[in-house]
Amino acid sequence: MSSPERWSQPQPSGAPAATAAQPTAEQVIAGLRATSEGGPELVQLLTPEGERVDHPDFHLDITPEELRGLYRDMVLVRRADREANALQRQGQLGLWVPLLGQEAAQIGAGRALRPTDMAFPSYREHGVAWCRGVHPNEIVGMFRGVDHGAWDPVERRFHPYTIVIGNQCLNAAGYAMGQRFDGKVGDDNGEATMVFFGDGATSQGDVHEAFVWAAVYDAPLVFFCQNNQWAISEPTERQSRLPLYQRARGYGFPGIRVDGNDVLATLAVARWALEECRHGNGPVLIEAFTYRMDSHTTSDDATRYRLSTEVEEWKLKDPIERVKAHLSRNGFADHDFFDGVEAEADELAAVLREHCVNLPEPPPGRMFDNVYAEPSPALRAQQDEYETYLAGFAGGEH
Amino acid sequence: MAAPTMDRSTDTPSAAPQKITMIKGLNQALRATMEADPKVIVMGEDVGKLGGVFRVTDGLQKDFGEQRVLDTPLSESGIIGTAIGLAIRGYRPVCEIQFDGFIFPGFDQIVSQLAKLHYRTQGRIKLPIVVRVPFGGGIGAVEHHSESPESYFAHTAGLKVVACSNPVDAHWMLRQAIECDDPVLFFEPKRRYHEKAELDPSIAPQPLFSSRVVRKGSTATIATYGPMVKTSLDAATAGAEDGLDLEVIDLRSLSPLDLAPVYESVRRTGRLIVVSEAPSEASITGEIAAKVQQECFYSLEAPVLRVTGFDTPYPPAKLEENFLPDLDRVLAAVDRSLAW
Ligand SMILES: Cc1ncc(C[n+]2csc(CCOP(=O)(O)OP(=O)(O)O)c2C)c(N)n1
Ligand SMILES: [Mg+2]
Repeated sequence: MSSPERWSQPQPSGAPAATAAQPTAEQVIAGLRATSEGGPELVQLLTPEGERVDHPDFHLDITPEELRGLYRDMVLVRRADREANALQRQGQLGLWVPLLGQEAAQIGAGRALRPTDMAFPSYREHGVAWCRGVHPNEIVGMFRGVDHGAWDPVERRFHPYTIVIGNQCLNAAGYAMGQRFDGKVGDDNGEATMVFFGDGATSQGDVHEAFVWAAVYDAPLVFFCQNNQWAISEPTERQSRLPLYQRARGYGFPGIRVDGNDVLATLAVARWALEECRHGNGPVLIEAFTYRMDSHTTSDDATRYRLSTEVEEWKLKDPIERVKAHLSRNGFADHDFFDGVEAEADELAAVLREHCVNLPEPPPGRMFDNVYAEPSPALRAQQDEYETYLAGFAGGEH
Repeated sequence: MAAPTMDRSTDTPSAAPQKITMIKGLNQALRATMEADPKVIVMGEDVGKLGGVFRVTDGLQKDFGEQRVLDTPLSESGIIGTAIGLAIRGYRPVCEIQFDGFIFPGFDQIVSQLAKLHYRTQGRIKLPIVVRVPFGGGIGAVEHHSESPESYFAHTAGLKVVACSNPVDAHWMLRQAIECDDPVLFFEPKRRYHEKAELDPSIAPQPLFSSRVVRKGSTATIATYGPMVKTSLDAATAGAEDGLDLEVIDLRSLSPLDLAPVYESVRRTGRLIVVSEAPSEASITGEIAAKVQQECFYSLEAPVLRVTGFDTPYPPAKLEENFLPDLDRVLAAVDRSLAW
């Protein structure tokens, strides 16, 4: 695994055009555009065709059993995602935020985390949730409108979903500062934190401030940016002139662009980044270069703003197919295995559907619970008045 | 600094009366002002190619170009902060905040700069900026998509705050807000976005910062704004079956408040119910209650009552029907007032 010193060296400039003779401003900017291709800096260990390739800095020793586990994770979270999407279409959910296409980025990152690590998701991280032991059943409630998130974030070490873009990055920086202040950083047993956000989020002040804070306090924080190329209808070049991972340098920590559709590369890079943080060499920025295969949410219609040819191109880079090809080609898995995973996925979908449609409606009084840690008499009085009012309907007068 | 002039709203569109949704009314208002004044620009997240998540800016980028309809980086502080700079440079930016709950990253720029620059520069800098905010609940959304943050802004001197309630007002009020030389926070009731009404361009609009009696009545007065105007009118219709004759006033402007019609009404009815989706604590509804009891003390037959959202965060969608004032809660308040 590469040493931290590597990152104290100047990295190759991202702007070759700037050194050419008298480039125009437009040429310089064009050379820096953020989205074009993964580029030579992209860390990849498994090609879209399912071939293992070497990388000078990042290696991954992995057993066939672990490989099958990653495959299973990705198939299951994709299946749960599609089921939830269907549930929304059938009116069982108010909204769904699909992860389709981002399975490798999320499972690679999620499986790199240890139980003692902490994770702060955005709102699309159903795959990371899975790795933290948060079942899809616990996620659909907020999209059905029965709760604001069902899992215990402290016990699972998986923070509630954050919808206000970028907010969670500062919260994660603070949590990671606490890990350091508590003396939990510095050796193999150290703790680390990972925060998830999108390419669009990188424009928010909170994200930049989190970069500053994490750097100034040497916080053990991995910034995991899923660049899925789109922030609703805006392509990444609306947010940045240069590849996002290169931003890290300006804040004084390493940034790496990994193939976010390659679960092996993502796992290797995420593990390395977390190790760096555990040992006190954080923070680290990872840009997982991936693609949002579906619309932004079920409320969105991506055909209004992007070309289907782009989607078709990315289909060829599918994160699951390449692992399947690799497993089959090397005899690491047989038909029975693949059939078994499919059956398991069907079962998960059925469990999710059953759970979702039977979620109990919250009682009206729930609205007043937990507004404060120390109950407010004024709010209690408001609740009593409202419940008395509701009781008036019980007689069927209205 | 000379603000760019533009045609006044007396310059009505030549088109014949037409039935429009609130979204269409807003869209046409933007189009009309952009055609009249090249300094009017639209900026926000997804307002260009997509036409906004509610399609309020649909087609504008295609017709006016990327330099007048900006798909901005994802940063509300950036949207407001750069709009201020653009306004200093002579532009009239119309900013879209995608949802109510996302205005807060821009709060600092709104409160610290947008509200105060005119004052701090002895009037040398004018900021003719409109900040459009789809607000309020009732659409079954997830967290942060159903909030009513208007009181924060009405509390801040230097900002004007308005809320439209129907397609016709939405159209004229937006045009007037864009013409206003002060910053205007423009709240649009998203649950009413698809409601329709006839826009007759030959009927001149009333001044922007004025309220309006939308239903005459004598039993009690309801003062409300935005999404709750329809709810209150529905309550008045239902109440009529029980012999109640309710007067409903659409406040339209929340800062400045135009309470003269409310005072006049309360002096006749002796009773006032203020209705709003926002929580009641330290809110516009409290402000109205205070002013009315001061101005109409001897006319009041009962205390001013409020029907509002509760003093909790906005609940999960399945509970929003409980959180939001509805026809029954409004009528229950009327009953309470009458029984006082
Ligand atoms: C502060 C804030 N502004 C606007 C929004 C509305 N919004 C929700 S998701 C989104 C795009 C986010 O894009 P990105 O960060 O790339 O994440 P992705 O959705 O692609 O995973 C926007 C503008 C929001 N949730 N929060
Ligand atoms: Mg994105």
